[in-house]
Amino acid sequence: MTALRPVAWRAWRRRITSRIAVALCALSVIVALIPLGFILFFVVSKGILALNWNFFTKMPVPVGETGGGMANAIVGTLMMSGLGALLAIPIGIISGVYMSEYAGSRLASAVRFAADTLNGVPSIVIGVFVYGIAVVPFKQFTMLAGGLALGIMMIPIIARTTEELLKLVPNTLREGALALGATRGRAVLSVVLPAALPGIITGVLLALARIAGETAPLLFTSLNNSFWNVIPTQPTASLTVQIYAYAQSAYEDWHRQAWAGALVLVAIVLLCSILARAATRRLERMSLGS
Amino acid sequence: MKTTRGSGDLGFRVFTGAFALLLLAIVTGIGVVLYHESVLSIHQFGFKFWVTDIWDPVSGEFGARPFIWGTLYSSLLALLVSAPISLGVATYLSELCPPQFRQPLIFLTELLAAIPSIVYGIWGMFVLVPLVRRLELATPESLRGFPLFSGPPIGLGMLSAALILAVMITPFISSLAREVLKQVPRMQREGAYALGATRWEAIRVALAYGRTGIVGAIMLGLGRALGETMAVTMVIGNTPKIAASLFAPQYTMSAVIANEFTEATGDLHRHALIEIGLVLFIITLVVNALSRLLIWNMNRRTVAKGKPKAEPAVVGAPA
Repeated sequence: MTALRPVAWRAWRRRITSRIAVALCALSVIVALIPLGFILFFVVSKGILALNWNFFTKMPVPVGETGGGMANAIVGTLMMSGLGALLAIPIGIISGVYMSEYAGSRLASAVRFAADTLNGVPSIVIGVFVYGIAVVPFKQFTMLAGGLALGIMMIPIIARTTEELLKLVPNTLREGALALGATRGRAVLSVVLPAALPGIITGVLLALARIAGETAPLLFTSLNNSFWNVIPTQPTASLTVQIYAYAQSAYEDWHRQAWAGALVLVAIVLLCSILARAATRRLERMSLGS
Repeated sequence: MKTTRGSGDLGFRVFTGAFALLLLAIVTGIGVVLYHESVLSIHQFGFKFWVTDIWDPVSGEFGARPFIWGTLYSSLLALLVSAPISLGVATYLSELCPPQFRQPLIFLTELLAAIPSIVYGIWGMFVLVPLVRRLELATPESLRGFPLFSGPPIGLGMLSAALILAVMITPFISSLAREVLKQVPRMQREGAYALGATRWEAIRVALAYGRTGIVGAIMLGLGRALGETMAVTMVIGNTPKIAASLFAPQYTMSAVIANEFTEATGDLHRHALIEIGLVLFIITLVVNALSRLLIWNMNRRTVAKGKPKAEPAVVGAPA
């Protein structure tokens, strides 16, 4: 059949198909970005209404009273993210070094697989796991448990980023250090890691951006707390769990606060992403220079 | 390539290796702890747990089928919406986009991936759900008879959950698919052009070349959707009832854990919830492993054809 059709018609049809397909691809970018605009618009426009100085400095107020803020939750989120980072940065970087420096070994492949798997484990499952190892034995919801859950989520991100970046460091640097008589450990510590440092900072920032917005792993590890708490062994409020609680409530004022919290959260995440990009850009310039 | 064994610094290897082992220990530990914390329910209900529809903490009857249904249904619906769009985005960004727009557009899609789940949730609750309710109310009576559209038009339900999941996994899949397309050798496209292919025909050649990797990317997206918790919990309506209807409020595995865990009425209830967590863990493990295998396979093939290229990008950290 096709052989009978005029060649020109077929060429025309192919061109049109191509045009349509290309247009559909461009359209899908627009479709994918519409929700982004939609979400940012609502978060900013609704959040800004309830966002004021009190939001950062005042404690939550009981139902019925208006005003108040999320000071305790903001501090809780910062402290638990800090605890998570404290745990995840050394473990992540050192295991990343192993994966990159001994890339061919069987253990490295197994660990790489474990890191990717851990990255795909739903955050709620991490929460249940930490509940089992850090809440059940002490019969107490704690800030430490929350930090542990966040830290576990950060480890694979930092480990894989470190690995990828150490691989980018030119092998001649490594060999140069070894040729000067440095041990492998010394070579990594004084030459390879510093060269990759901006990129590793990027990884840490991206990991922070991801865990600062996590709710599910905190629901039954750090729980929540309507009071001021900086004691690591007590239940602790977090921005995300507080937003969740307020959003589920029936009070208009709490809804407003939840939107304000969402705005603060998005701002934190955005800040981390932009900082991370700046760090990456520096790294790119450096590697182009070398 | 690397002089791995040159220096023979055993201490360093053992030290870093010990930390690396920790990652393996965590993954194994999750399985062990979740099993240990759910034995009560596993022993009491056995396989029946997975085929029973009744979830009644008060009388101590626990069956998880409605949650499995809700999780699978919402994730597959989300994939149905998201996969074509994600592939379109990936194709546009890697093959078609004018260079000066590429970086900004990539940044915007990554931003979508960076927005926290709880923010999607609050937006879903207060913006998307009312919109969906309007849509449901506007559905003509003649359609309401079909099982797909039956149920109360309250907005909270499967449709809202699937839509929000679709939005959340689209940047994820598209970024992975973009990585895959980046690995397709230039020669593939140039060969197609040389044979007189149109733009789209050349792209189809590239897509076909990367199909294993692309399937892997879509499956990783599925893994994400299966485990997503907060946003879904806030819009799906939390009703443990199996229904084919898009409008019916339903429930997912992760949502029931999030909702009931701290208020569990007793050990059996808690163990039943943790058993759901255990199965969610196993499902995501399998889905992730399969998709990694696919992407890895694709990379190996590319490398074998003489294009040196590293591992797939870090997942989760927007590449």
